[in-house]
Amino acid sequence: MNETKYMNPYLAGFFLGLLLLVTIFVTGRGLGASGAVKSGVVATVTSVAPSHTQDSKFYSEYMKEHENNPLKNWLVFEVLGVIFGAFISGLVSNRLNFTLEKIPTVTTKTRVITALIGGALFGLGSQLGRGCTSGSALSGMAVLSAGGLITMFAIFGGAYAFAWFFRKLWLEGGK
Amino acid sequence: MGPLVPDFIGNELNFVVAILIGIAFGFILEQAGFSTSKKLVGLFYGYDFTVLRVFFTAGITAMIGVVALGHFGLLDLSLIYVNPTFLWSAIIGGLIMGLGFVIGGFCPGTSVCAAAIGKIDAMVFVLGGFIGVFIFAEGYPMFEELYKAENLGFITIYDLTGTSQGLFAFGMTAMAVGSFWFTTWVEKKVNKKENPELQPKKLYLGLGLTLFVIGFFTLFMPERRVELLADASAAANSTEVNTMSVDELAFRLLDQDKKLQVIDLRTAKEFEKFSLPGSTNMTFDELFGKDAHKVLALKNKKTVFIANSEAEERKAAFIVSELGYRNFAVLEGGLTTFKKEILEYKADKEPVTRQEKDTHIFRTRAAKELPALIAAAKKSAAPKKKSSRVIGGC
Repeated sequence: MNETKYMNPYLAGFFLGLLLLVTIFVTGRGLGASGAVKSGVVATVTSVAPSHTQDSKFYSEYMKEHENNPLKNWLVFEVLGVIFGAFISGLVSNRLNFTLEKIPTVTTKTRVITALIGGALFGLGSQLGRGCTSGSALSGMAVLSAGGLITMFAIFGGAYAFAWFFRKLWLEGGK
Repeated sequence: MGPLVPDFIGNELNFVVAILIGIAFGFILEQAGFSTSKKLVGLFYGYDFTVLRVFFTAGITAMIGVVALGHFGLLDLSLIYVNPTFLWSAIIGGLIMGLGFVIGGFCPGTSVCAAAIGKIDAMVFVLGGFIGVFIFAEGYPMFEELYKAENLGFITIYDLTGTSQGLFAFGMTAMAVGSFWFTTWVEKKVNKKENPELQPKKLYLGLGLTLFVIGFFTLFMPERRVELLADASAAANSTEVNTMSVDELAFRLLDQDKKLQVIDLRTAKEFEKFSLPGSTNMTFDELFGKDAHKVLALKNKKTVFIANSEAEERKAAFIVSELGYRNFAVLEGGLTTFKKEILEYKADKEPVTRQEKDTHIFRTRAAKELPALIAAAKKSAAPKKKSSRVIGGC
């Protein structure tokens, strides 16, 4: 069976917006993703090197905010849900399979390295921007947060500004 | 009234809610096609604007919803999380994320989705995310100055620019619709054909119209809070309202009546200087919020408004009766009368009738005992407990 096609983007956006609205109405906060990564990092570092957590300001502040349990965080539970929800969606739409997606002119090695670097930049940037595309830009837009909107324009503006330099990663022949 | 956390939904249950919301979030992102980097970066090269369409439609839907719910008094906007604004870190962090986007092809939320359906590049991206946060954590002393520079607080864009909330929301919507039209045109030029995913057009015309109608009403119908506050002064004297005599209030205070709830409408400064035992200080604006609801909705309590003058109290009474509360009274003659007749009671003439004698005895006793109660209450006053903003964010 073939993959089912994607949902109409406006309809998907409408559903996503309703979900965000419900989230804000019920919990008083928006959606997010990078915060869960932060929890994961703090939890890992704490279990590997507990003394380091106490010495470093970043970790100790985080631990204090989370009653010494970095994984007891709303976003950690939410992201666990995301994994599950995306998996179900992939299952019903026949999109489950292990692949490394890239255009033919890019080598596997290049794609792995760029994905790693891109992820690291996003991880770093999301800490400075106090949230990523979901937590800062999307949720920030919903509540008209000044910081969220500034971050949103910076993300998309930055991506457009840098896009030309990395065109060979995404366009065949690098046109 | 929203938000439902933490009063209706406890903090533990909230984690279950988080999982359910996450499932829906992941499902929608994947259905929208956010689990493939090719589609995600298409926006930056002009061949696929799905991300922009989904993102803006979602943002606008939620934004109009939030504005409308707040407007009609269904959501206490002072309690929801507004991402704080630190100008420089927001801009620089955003630019770094933009760079990460075109290099890695994902953002954190979408990489999790893609990893969940088996995309190996997305799994590597997630790993990269961990490394990036780790670098930030280890280098925190170096980033801290930038991270905390230009703190503008929890401000919204309409606070910053001085426009009204509704007008700004409308402007954003217009911008989004304009970008939908423009990007569809660009996409057609780049791909040299129509995008088949944009059918049926009727569907999103319908969605757009629904949002437009809600937005229109929100923008052009007066906000309930503003309207009521404006009406209150005029209507205050003509409305019928239950009153409580100064003697009754004094009696209940002396009795340390557990059913009595006093809402003090004076300024925080006056309240600090002098307040009745067990009273709560509230501004007129706060009468619309969740804290006031918690007090006023209790049916077996006796709530009384106090202010310096009875007219002020009646204003508050008008507002809360319009909000649908019934179980309240105002103090006859206001606090000024209460002070004069009770706390600083002096008999101006010899009591003659039986009733006058009783009143005299009671007021003399109240004048003696109440100040001690007030002083004791001030000493032991628990720190004021107000609902605080939900802490969210990444």
